[in-house]
Amino acid sequence: MTSFPTDLTTAQPVEAGTDDTPEAPAAAAAGALRSGAGGTWQALRHDVGAMLGLGYIVLVTLVAILAPVLTSISGWTPYEFDQTAIDPNLGGMPIGPWGGVSAEHWFGVEPGSGRDIFARIVYGARVSMSIALSATLLTTVLGVSLGLMAGYFGGRVDLVISRVMDFLMAFPALIFMIAVLSALPAGNRSALLVVVISVFGWPYLARIVRGQTMSLAQREFVEAARAAGASGTRIVFREILPNLRSTIIVMSTLAVPGYIGTEAGLSFLGVGVVPPAPSWGQMISASVKWYAVDPAYFVVPGVCLFLLVLSFTVLGDRLRAVVDAQEGR
Amino acid sequence: MTATTSDALLEVRDLTVTFQTPRGPLDAVRSLDLDLEPGGALGIVGESGSGKSMTSLAIMGLQPRAARRTGSVRLLGRELVGMSEPDLRRVRGDRVAMVFQDPLSSLNPYYTVGLQIEEAYRAHRPGVTRREARRVAVEALERVHIRDAARRVNHYPHQFSGGMRQRVMIAMALSTEPELLIADEPTTALDVTVQAQILDLLQEIRRETGTGLVLITHDLAVVSEITDHIVVMKDGVCVERGPVERIFTRPQHPYTRALLDAVPRIDDEIGELRAVTPGSAVVPDQVVPTNGGPA
Amino acid sequence: MPRFLLSRVTSGLGVLLLVCLFTYLVFFALSPDPAVQICGKNCTPELIDQIRGNLGLDQPFWTQFVQFVVGIFAGRTYGEGVSAVDCAAPCLGYSFQSSQAVWDMIVQRLPVSATVAVGAAVLWLLAGLAGGLLSAVKEGTFADRFITGLTLTSMSIPNYVLALVLQYVLVVKLQWLPFPQAVPFADDPVQWFLNFVMPWMVLAIGYAAAYTRLTRANVLDVLRENYVRTAFAKGLPPSLVWRRHALRPALTPVVTIFGMDFAGLLGGALITETVFGINGVGKMAADSIARNDQPVIMGVTLLAGFLVVVGNIVVDVVYTTIDPRVRVNA
Repeated sequence: MTSFPTDLTTAQPVEAGTDDTPEAPAAAAAGALRSGAGGTWQALRHDVGAMLGLGYIVLVTLVAILAPVLTSISGWTPYEFDQTAIDPNLGGMPIGPWGGVSAEHWFGVEPGSGRDIFARIVYGARVSMSIALSATLLTTVLGVSLGLMAGYFGGRVDLVISRVMDFLMAFPALIFMIAVLSALPAGNRSALLVVVISVFGWPYLARIVRGQTMSLAQREFVEAARAAGASGTRIVFREILPNLRSTIIVMSTLAVPGYIGTEAGLSFLGVGVVPPAPSWGQMISASVKWYAVDPAYFVVPGVCLFLLVLSFTVLGDRLRAVVDAQEGR
Repeated sequence: MTATTSDALLEVRDLTVTFQTPRGPLDAVRSLDLDLEPGGALGIVGESGSGKSMTSLAIMGLQPRAARRTGSVRLLGRELVGMSEPDLRRVRGDRVAMVFQDPLSSLNPYYTVGLQIEEAYRAHRPGVTRREARRVAVEALERVHIRDAARRVNHYPHQFSGGMRQRVMIAMALSTEPELLIADEPTTALDVTVQAQILDLLQEIRRETGTGLVLITHDLAVVSEITDHIVVMKDGVCVERGPVERIFTRPQHPYTRALLDAVPRIDDEIGELRAVTPGSAVVPDQVVPTNGGPA
Repeated sequence: MPRFLLSRVTSGLGVLLLVCLFTYLVFFALSPDPAVQICGKNCTPELIDQIRGNLGLDQPFWTQFVQFVVGIFAGRTYGEGVSAVDCAAPCLGYSFQSSQAVWDMIVQRLPVSATVAVGAAVLWLLAGLAGGLLSAVKEGTFADRFITGLTLTSMSIPNYVLALVLQYVLVVKLQWLPFPQAVPFADDPVQWFLNFVMPWMVLAIGYAAAYTRLTRANVLDVLRENYVRTAFAKGLPPSLVWRRHALRPALTPVVTIFGMDFAGLLGGALITETVFGINGVGKMAADSIARNDQPVIMGVTLLAGFLVVVGNIVVDVVYTTIDPRVRVNA
């Protein structure tokens, strides 16, 4: 809960509940290993919420991948202005109901510019998904490797890593992200967003990985491998890492919605993706001026964003419940 | 205090505890009979999962919500099965008190032991002042040989050692002068020497107060020390019952024989220890400095 | 106890110094030259050099950093002669764009941010605790599943989206609330209160959801504790078991997290304040980002860091008074 201490409360990377009990998913790891990924999938398949969430995630992913194809079908690129779709006498209000929804513009047009909202949503999905997933990937790599190192080697390595984690978690992350991003030249913002989000995100995963590694390192099979003369690296990657698989999957899934929200929030505040490149958060930000007269303008990106965050949240929540249940908690 | 309407202290007939599971009903305890005379001591022996702990909870009506309790449990002639919850509450802790296995987790870490003893007492003695309850708590601690009880009463559970915590649990159980004490694995979590001290204490209390005792354990050596009768349980069913000597010398059921074979000759050890600390008035455990225990 | 407090304060100061250094480093390395900004349109290279000299910007990094840190405690003066500006004791920098010390700007807006934070905190604590308790008591029932679903939904609504939805529905469509406009409390308390209703709700909802989940999980965990079984075995009335033996242990962790969350919010609710046009620290930070007013952004970052560190220490101290185990071992 305290990950980014501001009002950006969209589903934080580490959820309340597990937050204070690193042991909780610890047990889960062994469970998933026993019943295998197949068992987890079987259990999830019968969960309506998880499947709806997964369905929407797949849909958005496909839309993101096929963005150029979709816009060529719909006929508008995200950057084209359509002066015929807006009414200059009404201050640039879209012509037609629901923010100018028509056969021409499926989701309506932006007031003022007449840009096609469907095209901007589709390309915005690319931004949201690619940034959130890249950030998740980078956080996971950082969190897992540093957590493993701290947990397995202990001593001075652990001390240094733990101190860095404490520092980063006590840091006012969101405001600092904003500060850094605003100070940096607006070059490759997407890559910067990923780096900045990950730098502040990895300790939450690393803390849990560290705790589990510490307990796994005491277990017989690790002892056995050590006795057999396996090197530290080998033990970490061959013996310990596989046991952390389901924890990592659950934690990562739960982290994605937080990163989607963070990206959208930063873009909303004007320090994220640089216009005219479309992003959902930025679209919502632009709609603030128009919300009273053209509600469709914020409803479309708002709903898309809300559903995506919700889908990942529900999927992660169900996934964790299944993995926990397999361990018999 | 002793409204005896029947000779027996505890009379359990056909006690069955059933769980509804997705795969159908499951009996944790099936058709169990128990008898205990006032002041008597009964041992229930079995491995974990044999239903012995569920039996102790079911006697007091504390079985989990998902479970159903049938049969008859009569305490001093009063039927407890089917008794209303408020009436049961008057029995719990007052007429029947319990001591659990793990004294650390069984005491609330947030409150002083004094408060936890007082609340047990006050729950059954309406109108008692705090001062009066405090006096009872100190006395109860003194009775279980906790030194400096007037000061210790203000300490928190983590400030006591394992054996001392179990003494606190026993003191709490005894504060209301119950007719029956149910001790569920009271010594399992403790060191061997401390185990002997706690058993001595239970024995002493029984002698002095005439409280009936049901001792639940997996360890035949423990029951042989202080109980007269033994009930051996396996998979929720009683497989053998009888006087201690008979069970030890001529076990009938193969399961009982297996349990007996598993007993190290610990009873001898206890005998020796007893000789070293007669009357168990002074025991090493009590001298342990008790500040800053494990949190 | 004092020793424990001392060590906490020392490590807190260490973290703050690091936050300071980190922030300063980033702005030193990344920010556009402030001298150019101050210089304005009719600028010559000579003039820029002069300003740089005046502000000490030609000094090496460490010198500047030390000056900055010293300024926080002792105050400092920017520039020399006629163009010199004073920045009194807690000098977090000087905004040449607003011609005001950053600290003064923050102090002016802090009460507003605090109002937003306090109101929201009251709301989310009430909703979170009530929801979590209800959910735990009714575990597995429809009510429990409904609350769980509601929390997942609430956690997933970005608050700027919710803000727009609420404004549209409550203000534009239903007209239940007046159009937000800044009114001092003394002028019109009702209007003042109504202005804050939406910000409080928007800010509270995400936290309320998280607290509901946390409370539910904790209560269910505690109810499985042996000492709760002991309490029932003693024949205590259920109301007393709940109040004394279940709630206190279950809610203690909530206190910890609440302290942290609340401290974080005091430093300004960036998004909520921006969306509702509330003139607090958060909106000031957001505006400064748009204007590229670096000293202000840095000042707010430091303030936020300070609040989080202080929040941490306060929580630790509070914890020692509510959890006896910590009290003795400390």
